[in-house]
Amino acid sequence: MPMDKNLQPIIEQLEKEFGLTAREYRGDASLVVPAEKIVPVCQRAQGLGFEMLSVLTAVDYWPEEQPRFHVIYEFTSVSKHLRLEIRVPVPGINPTVPTVSSIYRNANWRERELWDMFGIKALSHPDLRRILMPADWEGHPLRKDYPLGYEEPQFTFNYNEINLRKPYAKE
Amino acid sequence: MSDIQEVSVDDLKHLVSDRAVQGETMLLNMGPQHPSTHGVLRLLLELDGETVINCIPDIGFLHTGVEKNMEAKTYQKAEVMSDRLDYMNPVGNNLAYSMAVEKLVDLDVPARAQALRVILAELTRFQSHLVWLGTAALDLAAMSMFLYCFREREYILDIMEMCSGQRMMTTYIRPGGLWRDVPVEFEAAVRDILKTFPKRIDQYEALLTRNPLMLDRTLGIGKLTGEECLNFGVTGPMLRASGVKWDLRKMQPYSGYEQYDFEVPTRPEGDVYARFLVRLEEMRQSLRIIGQALDKLPLGAVRSKNYKFVPPPRSEIGVSMEALIHHFKLWTEGFNAPKGSVYSAVESPRGELGVYLESDGGPKPYRIHWRTPSFDNLQSIPLMAKGVLVADLVAIIGSIDIVLGDVDR
Repeated sequence: MPMDKNLQPIIEQLEKEFGLTAREYRGDASLVVPAEKIVPVCQRAQGLGFEMLSVLTAVDYWPEEQPRFHVIYEFTSVSKHLRLEIRVPVPGINPTVPTVSSIYRNANWRERELWDMFGIKALSHPDLRRILMPADWEGHPLRKDYPLGYEEPQFTFNYNEINLRKPYAKE
Repeated sequence: MSDIQEVSVDDLKHLVSDRAVQGETMLLNMGPQHPSTHGVLRLLLELDGETVINCIPDIGFLHTGVEKNMEAKTYQKAEVMSDRLDYMNPVGNNLAYSMAVEKLVDLDVPARAQALRVILAELTRFQSHLVWLGTAALDLAAMSMFLYCFREREYILDIMEMCSGQRMMTTYIRPGGLWRDVPVEFEAAVRDILKTFPKRIDQYEALLTRNPLMLDRTLGIGKLTGEECLNFGVTGPMLRASGVKWDLRKMQPYSGYEQYDFEVPTRPEGDVYARFLVRLEEMRQSLRIIGQALDKLPLGAVRSKNYKFVPPPRSEIGVSMEALIHHFKLWTEGFNAPKGSVYSAVESPRGELGVYLESDGGPKPYRIHWRTPSFDNLQSIPLMAKGVLVADLVAIIGSIDIVLGDVDR
């Protein structure tokens, strides 16, 4: 599957304008953008006809630290029938990206999800609360160092009482 | 987790107006158990009498960690989780997942499997729209619609059961094709549906389309413009009801949709009534696609012969050593996908259902992200709800066609 030939000039233009590098896999083109350039790149992408932000998520490459995360943005152009992917490398210590919720309004919830699931903070986000997990949850579940297979009982008011009656040894 | 956390107005100060802080307007919870929220959606409403000043959705009550779970399973085993995301569109989810895996490992799908995928995906779209029509009309107090729609839905679920043994969580579409070929009764059963359902849609239209009560409750309510929809990432019938002709089946055809002749219905108004009309027309178009796909259904295999990724049929395992080895390897270790990442999207009944799939070269998806349409569609509700009455808000929620399993994943 080759890359869409209408996408090629747009990729080249963005590469030249912002000094970026592109990569391709099975016809999906992606640009690697440093975190501080994401807001101007998003504005430019919107100007180039990518009206819709389809995906905003991240990948955790733990135990790698520099960069530990890649924040993924997928843009869709309804007018040109194209897709564009942008990857933003983010370090493991104090991970942040600038918010794009003023450009694409659905980034609001998607950045809340990013914070909730990966602990990547969207700087100057208007409403950065947890979205899927309860407000007092500890940890960020989609990180690779977050264990799977252990479930904390939620919404029980008498958790301590139940815990005391359990047969196993407690610390 | 020893005590329940209390939420005060201070935490939400930036979301409500100053009048709420002074106690002039009322903050009211709608949900998470409210019957018109179609699941477990909680809306925190700021009300001035009956008028909604602000609407703050609170989601996550149905969060099941599907993405995390899928990342811990091999590509074949992870697929069963995909049915459970959007439980109104299980076949569409399987299709989205299978297409992403096929793109990742570069796997071809036989023509018969592609056509059957289209038929099943359209049947599922039809039954999803039936559930939407029934429940949305029920919210507007049209009680009988619910019963009619669920009566029709049973016929479609019977076909799903005939093919896969399951009524809803079918996992019938697999990477590389289908689980097995459809039974001989399949064609007659689908033809039966094609014969009876157009009349049934006419009946729904006779009950609702010109019904003054329906028009009163839906005309001009919950308006969204095309630009607002795009900016909010709203897709599917909601986007098309706002005048934007965007349907992935037409614009970026997959699974052979380009062979079929069908219309993409759009309406310029962008209100609840327009969404109703668009979905009804989509149901008719789905039947058109099914009819064409069934007429020229090719013969042949329904699974790829690439046994590195697709399990060989049972009949070969007994006679071929190689097939036995493939079978054993696939069901113990799984297959290794090459390193890379893909994004693949299909048109679900609610909009763009996308899968972002990344592989690190191992047998499990390193990262899988579901771009679920309801998540973005629901996010536009504060915009639509501003200044409407509480009763209209019920109509708006109905018109979004949310599935909370799809929102919360």
